[in-house]
Amino acid sequence: MPSPFILDRSSVTQVMAWVLAALVPGIVTYVWLFGPGILVTLALATATALAAEAAMLKARGYPLKPFLTDLSAVVTAWLLALSLPSLAPWWLIVTGTLFAIVVAKHLYGGLGQNIFNPAMVGYAVLIVSFPVQMTHWAGPLELTSAHLSLAQSATAIFGGAPKATLDAVTMATPLDTLRTGLLQQLTVDEVMTKPIFGHYGGTGFEWLAVAFLAGGLALWALRIIGWQVPLAFLAGVWLTAGFLHFYDAGRYGAPWFHLFAPSVMLGAFFIATDPVTGATTPRGKLVFGLGAGFLTMAIRTWGGFPDGVAFAILLMNVAAPLIDQYTQPRVYGGGTEARK
Amino acid sequence: MSRELFRFRGGVHPPEHKAESNSRPIHPAPLPRKLVIPLRQHIGNPAKPVVEVGQHVLKGQLIGAPDGAISCAVHASSSGTVTAIDVQPVPHVSGLPDLCITIETDGRDEWIAHAPLDPHADPATLRMRLRDMGIAGLGGAVFPADVKLDPGPTQHCPTLIVNGGECEPWITCDDVLMRHRADDILQGVAVMRHLLGSTEVLVGIEDNKPEALAAMKAAAAKMAFPVEIVAVPARYPGGGAKQMIETLTGRQVPSGKLSTDIGVQVFNVGTAYALARAVLHGEPLISRLVTVTGHVLRPQNFEVLIGTPLHTLITLAGDREGTTGVLMGGPMMGVPMPSLDVPVVKATNCLLVKSKELFPPLPKALPCIRCTRCADACPASLQPQELFRFAKAGDFGRAQEYHLFDCIECGCCSYVCPSHIPLVDYYRYAKAEIWAREKDKRASDVARERHEFRLFRIEREKKEKAEKLAAKAQAKRAELATEPEAAGAGAAPTEADAKKALIAAALARAQAKKSETAPKNVDDLTPEQLRQIDEIEARRAKIRELARQPLESDEKKP
Ligand code: SF4
Ligand code: SF4
Repeated sequence: MPSPFILDRSSVTQVMAWVLAALVPGIVTYVWLFGPGILVTLALATATALAAEAAMLKARGYPLKPFLTDLSAVVTAWLLALSLPSLAPWWLIVTGTLFAIVVAKHLYGGLGQNIFNPAMVGYAVLIVSFPVQMTHWAGPLELTSAHLSLAQSATAIFGGAPKATLDAVTMATPLDTLRTGLLQQLTVDEVMTKPIFGHYGGTGFEWLAVAFLAGGLALWALRIIGWQVPLAFLAGVWLTAGFLHFYDAGRYGAPWFHLFAPSVMLGAFFIATDPVTGATTPRGKLVFGLGAGFLTMAIRTWGGFPDGVAFAILLMNVAAPLIDQYTQPRVYGGGTEARK
Repeated sequence: MSRELFRFRGGVHPPEHKAESNSRPIHPAPLPRKLVIPLRQHIGNPAKPVVEVGQHVLKGQLIGAPDGAISCAVHASSSGTVTAIDVQPVPHVSGLPDLCITIETDGRDEWIAHAPLDPHADPATLRMRLRDMGIAGLGGAVFPADVKLDPGPTQHCPTLIVNGGECEPWITCDDVLMRHRADDILQGVAVMRHLLGSTEVLVGIEDNKPEALAAMKAAAAKMAFPVEIVAVPARYPGGGAKQMIETLTGRQVPSGKLSTDIGVQVFNVGTAYALARAVLHGEPLISRLVTVTGHVLRPQNFEVLIGTPLHTLITLAGDREGTTGVLMGGPMMGVPMPSLDVPVVKATNCLLVKSKELFPPLPKALPCIRCTRCADACPASLQPQELFRFAKAGDFGRAQEYHLFDCIECGCCSYVCPSHIPLVDYYRYAKAEIWAREKDKRASDVARERHEFRLFRIEREKKEKAEKLAAKAQAKRAELATEPEAAGAGAAPTEADAKKALIAAALARAQAKKSETAPKNVDDLTPEQLRQIDEIEARRAKIRELARQPLESDEKKP
């Protein structure tokens, strides 16, 4: 008998469903650019996530239906799958997903209670534990002659394909290439002449980034996410990269290149915007996004990993409660302010 | 008219459902056989009954006199015989019964002699007359109007806002009142303007009521003073006084202050109408408009005598199969009625009859995902998700730090929450707990002080006794000493000392007695006060129970 007696039609399931829907343009682009292997990865991750979620709910004595149908586990699975290399072996996918759901989500208290973004925890664990396997990226269609079919991808993922086949289609990502090139004392311009680099980002990769951007903008238009986190995140990356590039263009990549890495767009619109683990106040969201963008660039530039999005977001997750505390908005009647 | 409007923060726009009830004319509800008139229909002290069982009363006769500074009179709504003065169920949030006067009507509906008041009378006198006429705010809070019409020592309140922003879905009583009785409303406004010394009169009406806007504009054109009729965007809770002030003036009422502190006073259109009836016709507040809508055959607005049982109205509007309950008020802030025997009171603006189709059962709550939709919707700029977290964890101190008491319980946060968490209930629970703790703390403070004082007194009595003995011994010694030496030099001061000590002791005793009596007043509560305390306790228990209705996840926790 609580008031209000009416509710908006929205539900957690609906919010999550929109997030999944907004990932579809990215997935379609992915398939078009890198072949259908990602579909196998997505399916495997989803199945693992749902099974793990069900098992954990059961173990913790929670009802299955409301929590399985809230789709939050599926979102975690998809975000992780899209962050993994496209031909990652099956056990890598399963391990990462299990870690995300069991440890990062349920051991921290389940939906709404987790401190860290589950998908990013899964990713971080994998890249720390299995750095080599985490580079099994299929090359973009434009650059590799052979492309694996769905069945071939499945065989590759489940470990049935000979290593030679895999080597024929996988290659380093643009970020890897840049990093390795810089370590070999090449200048950015020299590295950038390699075919893997396209107009702004990596060949193909930039289109993927655009697709994620489109999905993210749709989420914003639907008011599923606010503008603060994505904008601040992108600004953080762009400003930091821009500053470094301005400082020494020979050693630091162009800001557009860094911005149009798919991981940045995915991170800005889909991962950093995770409400559970992010900051919640309007100003806090800006701080959170800026911080994550800056850290992403810091890790890419000076850290031990080619891409910094996952660690940047995890680090900001830790800071989120503090950010919230110091950015509490002024409540009604606390001063004079009026908007038209 | 192009007044610059300001946007208040947050808010939601639920489906309006106004068309159901606002197209029919105002229909007078018939005289019921029995009227049950609660003595507490307003904020402040309940009225004191001034009639006896068996006494015959006339329509408009005073039956409950105002008691104290914030109180309001209560009148017989029709002629008849007082058959009971006792505790009856009333339509109050607490669900607790309250003292009521029951009148068996005689069907003659015979008025007391009444005559118009002088609208230009001295403000203080006029205010006293309004208080005796039982005029209270009809917009929701039911604050005695005479208190609100007192601008205080400054003698004027520059801006008078008349609130026609009926923002809750379904409710249309203010809408039809403005459509049909715009002239009267503005007559009442003229009196308000006189009492408050206002120079600016604004009427805010939501733009989804074009007929009301037109009628009020036509009426305003006839007034001798400028009245600005302003269409404001329809958005809940735009009809809240604070939101209306912000929309029209761009100013916010400072936290913990009154609107008069920024020179603004707000009255509901219904209050203005009641005031006009009182001043122009000498009629006390004995009836009001009530919207009966929802799951009924003919949703419409009735002119209803205060004290009419709710079920007669629902019968009038045509009850239907499949009713699942009745709310007093709208779906956002309305209160479920424990029984349909409870009477219409001054606060009754709407009876919303529920059915499964119109109000499907609310889905089970899921955990908060911190999506901050609630914060985006909160017109008070609070962080509802944090308040929820603290309230649920019993961390009331933090909840208060996060401005729990600035929450106006509008329900926007609950409305938008995708996890369907009954957030407002948690806030009510937390507020009730805090109030209760304050009370406990005050009680224990008093007890502690009393205990400390007792120890102090025992200690002092001991000391006094010792002093007395010492003084006596000294006197004895002095006496002995004076005998051989005749007039010794040391005797006089000693004697004086002893006397001084005695006087001091007596003074202290008197003081002790005085302060001892003070705390005793706290024990000496009147039955009325005790009843109030019990009532608060009961309400608190109930709210606690409500708020404790666990989320699904809690239920399953071992
Ligand atoms: S709307 Fe509900 S789920 Fe979202 S932050 Fe507020 S309380 Fe949590
Ligand atoms: S009920 Fe309170 S917390 Fe919720 S939206 Fe209204 S003012 Fe904000």
